[in-house]
Amino acid sequence: MSDIKQARESLVRRILEGEGKASPSDRRAAFNNHGLDEPLGTLADKVATRAYSVSNEDIAAVRAASLSEDEIFEIAVCAAIGQATRQYEIALAALDACSTATRKE
Amino acid sequence: MRLRILDSGHSFGTKALFALIQAASRQPVLDVIKLVKYRSDFYGEPMGKVTQEAMRGPSAWSVADRELMAAFVSKTNQSEFCTKAHSAVAQRAYGDGKAVSALLSDVDTAAIEEPLRATLIMLRKLTRESTVDTDDMRAVLAAGATRQQIEDALAVCFSFNVIGRLADTFGFSVPGPEAFESGAKYLLARGYR
Repeated sequence: MSDIKQARESLVRRILEGEGKASPSDRRAAFNNHGLDEPLGTLADKVATRAYSVSNEDIAAVRAASLSEDEIFEIAVCAAIGQATRQYEIALAALDACSTATRKE
Repeated sequence: MRLRILDSGHSFGTKALFALIQAASRQPVLDVIKLVKYRSDFYGEPMGKVTQEAMRGPSAWSVADRELMAAFVSKTNQSEFCTKAHSAVAQRAYGDGKAVSALLSDVDTAAIEEPLRATLIMLRKLTRESTVDTDDMRAVLAAGATRQQIEDALAVCFSFNVIGRLADTFGFSVPGPEAFESGAKYLLARGYR
């Protein structure tokens, strides 16, 4: 059995609480896909929900808002990991619910 | 690559490493390598630990099966780079026994074992709709996958739901098949660390 629990928790702690160029509040907002000012909010939402549609214009828009490339890098990483985390946790909860229901039967 | 820092913002030592990789493989350095080597303490190293465990840690799924899942999640996300990269790894890992591109095109009717098929179908829904429910999980269990196999598959899905998004966001170049073949050899020999 592979077990990513510890490694995944370390990853999330690093990107949200460790040193970074983007503020911790912006990194957490990107992770949650909620609460970022524009145009960063649009970029984070596209990363989370339709990354295939991110365009050069999306990146140009956040650059024009005086964000550095390091900040954009961190925000995109947080948005991607946040969405994957929500998917993962929803699926594990559904699996747990099956096990609980089986035990009750 | 849409961010210059990811293309050329690495330290001198990392650039020297890229030159060595390029000389040894006779292929351009893949953009995914450039991503994980940029400020690797932020993303590349902690993410590498997750992906190594998911893809190469102990599991009832074979390495080939997990690489197929990675390619399938990537295809569902419409991530061309990751689909091609992990199709190449899965194909090499399976050998001639399975035609990976045909599997990816029609998982519902492909000649694969039922636990794997049911797992891929569940991963497709999770990736596409960002949700699954107990009925979806019961279908996978009924097809013969164990709870642990489902957890292991979700770990693969987590990793590639991160990596595919970043490949598309940062605009990874999609090289020719020789570069992916070279990458596949490396990933089978050395893993994701």
